[in-house]
Amino acid sequence: MLEITNLVKRYGHSEAVLKGLDLKVEGNSVVSIVGASGAGKSTMLRCINRLVEPTSGSIKLNGTELVNLKGAELRRARRKIGMVFQGFNLLDRLTVMENVLAGRLGYVSFYQAISRRYPPADIERAFVLMERVGIAHYANKRADELSGGERQRVGVVRALMQEPDVLLADEPTASLDPRTSEQIMMLLQSLASELSLPVLINIHNVAQAKTYTERIVGLRHGKMIFDGQPGDFNKDALDAIYGGIEAPDDAITETPGTAVEGGTP
Amino acid sequence: MTPSNPPTPRAWKKPPFIANPLLRYGLLVMTVGYLVWAFGSLPFNWERISEGLPRAARIFSGGFPPNLERYELLLTGFKESFQIAILATLLGVLLSIPFAVMAARNIAPLPVYLLGRSIIIISRSFHPVIVAILFVAAVGFGPLAGILTLTLYSIGFVGKLLAEEIEEIDWGQVEAMRSTGAGYLVTLFYAVFPQILPRQVGLSMYQLDSNLRASAVVGIVGAGGIGGTLMNAFGRYDYDFAFAILLVIIAVILLSEGISGWVRKKIW
Amino acid sequence: MVDREQLLADRIWQRYDRKERLIRYAALLATLMLVFWAVRDIDIFWPWVWDAPNQISNLGARMWPPSAVGLSGILNALMETVHIATLATFLTIFLALPVAYMAAQNTTPNRACLWLGRFILVSSRSVNTIIWALLFVAIFGPGVLAGILAIVFRSIGFIGKLMGEAIEEIDRRPVEAMEATGASKAKVVAYAIVPQVMPAFFAIVVLRWDINIRESTVLGLVGAGGIGVILQGAIDTFAWPTVATILIAIIVLVLLGEAVTSLLRSKVL
Repeated sequence: MLEITNLVKRYGHSEAVLKGLDLKVEGNSVVSIVGASGAGKSTMLRCINRLVEPTSGSIKLNGTELVNLKGAELRRARRKIGMVFQGFNLLDRLTVMENVLAGRLGYVSFYQAISRRYPPADIERAFVLMERVGIAHYANKRADELSGGERQRVGVVRALMQEPDVLLADEPTASLDPRTSEQIMMLLQSLASELSLPVLINIHNVAQAKTYTERIVGLRHGKMIFDGQPGDFNKDALDAIYGGIEAPDDAITETPGTAVEGGTP
Repeated sequence: MTPSNPPTPRAWKKPPFIANPLLRYGLLVMTVGYLVWAFGSLPFNWERISEGLPRAARIFSGGFPPNLERYELLLTGFKESFQIAILATLLGVLLSIPFAVMAARNIAPLPVYLLGRSIIIISRSFHPVIVAILFVAAVGFGPLAGILTLTLYSIGFVGKLLAEEIEEIDWGQVEAMRSTGAGYLVTLFYAVFPQILPRQVGLSMYQLDSNLRASAVVGIVGAGGIGGTLMNAFGRYDYDFAFAILLVIIAVILLSEGISGWVRKKIW
Repeated sequence: MVDREQLLADRIWQRYDRKERLIRYAALLATLMLVFWAVRDIDIFWPWVWDAPNQISNLGARMWPPSAVGLSGILNALMETVHIATLATFLTIFLALPVAYMAAQNTTPNRACLWLGRFILVSSRSVNTIIWALLFVAIFGPGVLAGILAIVFRSIGFIGKLMGEAIEEIDRRPVEAMEATGASKAKVVAYAIVPQVMPAFFAIVVLRWDINIRESTVLGLVGAGGIGVILQGAIDTFAWPTVATILIAIIVLVLLGEAVTSLLRSKVL
């Protein structure tokens, strides 16, 4: 269970990016986090695995407080948190297999990591997961030779190799074409139920959020203003979150004409 | 329709590079003034200089044709230069990695960064010949001084370029490794080094070539290698042997440039 | 049980296959053998190597504290060094540009010129500045003329090669356009080529000036003028504190040169 209490993040002396967030994610839910750019979605996610340092507040994962961990304790906590990135963040020059095995770096010794001598169980798990997502035949290809969707799948497998207690996805589909992004969302949804894994997904595409996730959390200017089921996420909720900012990806506008941008003289 | 009077012809001048005329002419005056002043303040021994051309004729006639009789000396000298270059490049390239890591703003904490940068800047400020003289004064004549000199030279050169390369890596890969719970060293090996490896290999090849050239020169001040052989020949007025050595040096440099270029293309 | 083991057996993963591993080991072995040979064969008295750190710190101690004796002489020599570098770089421009023009494949008048130009550039680059200085000292005697000529002769190769490459990389289209208007070769160069290579030219000359400042500091060690002469004098008389002062002066000069270079580059480029 992930429990965030009164999370605040402020850079320097300027206005806080996160203004006291509270969030509880239990069991195996797939939660999507929506909001305009700058609402704080990415910051919140990165506070969980401490890629960004929270200014104040508490983040508890299965009872362990994450906010003040340091050094080896922090690393041990991180290996239980898997993250999928918008830019994939793969080790481009290494092979797909090495990228996937890098998910175990929090578990293997320095020597094992450098010499690439991972335990057979890890290698087995790698093969199984790669087959599950359909990239096993790329195992020895360089990561930068794959297409966008394939690379994101490598990223997903890497995160799952950590045997995480929670999976964080920071706009995993923003760099993908519409069809591929549907595939990735479907993948995340099914993996979440197969592996009984809670998943938090930052996402712009409200339609995909409604289709593939069971709970939507809406942020605006660092505050949570919506927390509920996709069915309850209506036009009012959308306006409250994006407030006049036209979200080009949303597909639930009442009047067909208004969503079309440009072209009008 | 009566044609109207032709308008007064308009003039056009190319706008000068430096708009402000004061600045423009000021710079010109300053440049000319500097050239005159510098030239005037330098001590020229015109008498000696006028002896130059006949002297040159004598030297060149004495130096031509190049004399390869004492080729064993040549070979020994070259072998030593080669050994100095190999060992200095190896040591230098290996040592430049930790220094480059220290001197990269994005992966080193501030005090370490300042220390690393300063070391690299100091290694680069001195011409290898000066460093060679100092090492010769410290550890004596011979290839040891040469190796120490060129190692420092390599660290300065490769270290700086490598540090700049590290500062430009894709940071996302580092973030990804940190997010899996990997430690600092492992992150270095998985996310940083693979990104700088191609450049590192290229730099090492270039440095090997560079050190081979430099080893010829540090020998002039006593740090071993073919430079020493050249100095001896010059000192004994053996201009034909000196010329031969010079030609072989040029040939070896060209050869090593060609080989290193070929190897770099192959590995890319 | 057997099935699982079979499965595992099939799922071995190795980073490099057999052939790749062989090549990697062979390369490593070859490098190690080379290094081993170099270490064994080199003419070093190994006890001196272990003593080296001691000797180096010894020398360092003798240089401390740096002495301000003869500071005005040092500063004069420093100015001389700057003059040598600057004048020489200035002169080089006039010589290097025609050679670069000849050595660039797209502007060279004929094949003979191309090879001549390339030959000049290669010889200039293959002979180190110090060796040029030795030669000119032998001809014209010790003094700043030898130093200036040495820098000129070395810089022609540097500036010429890089300018030649810059010329070869220009956009051909303005050249075509100018030729189409019936302009003479010289005018085509002036209008189509020169503006394109100006930024590169400026950067290259400034870079070479910076390098030449460094090179000029050592010319004096073979008698070709500049601060090297004073440095050699101090070393010969074992005046280590003075040596330290001179070294500091050299660092300051080099750093100033770098500062001026970055200033120029940011202002003009």
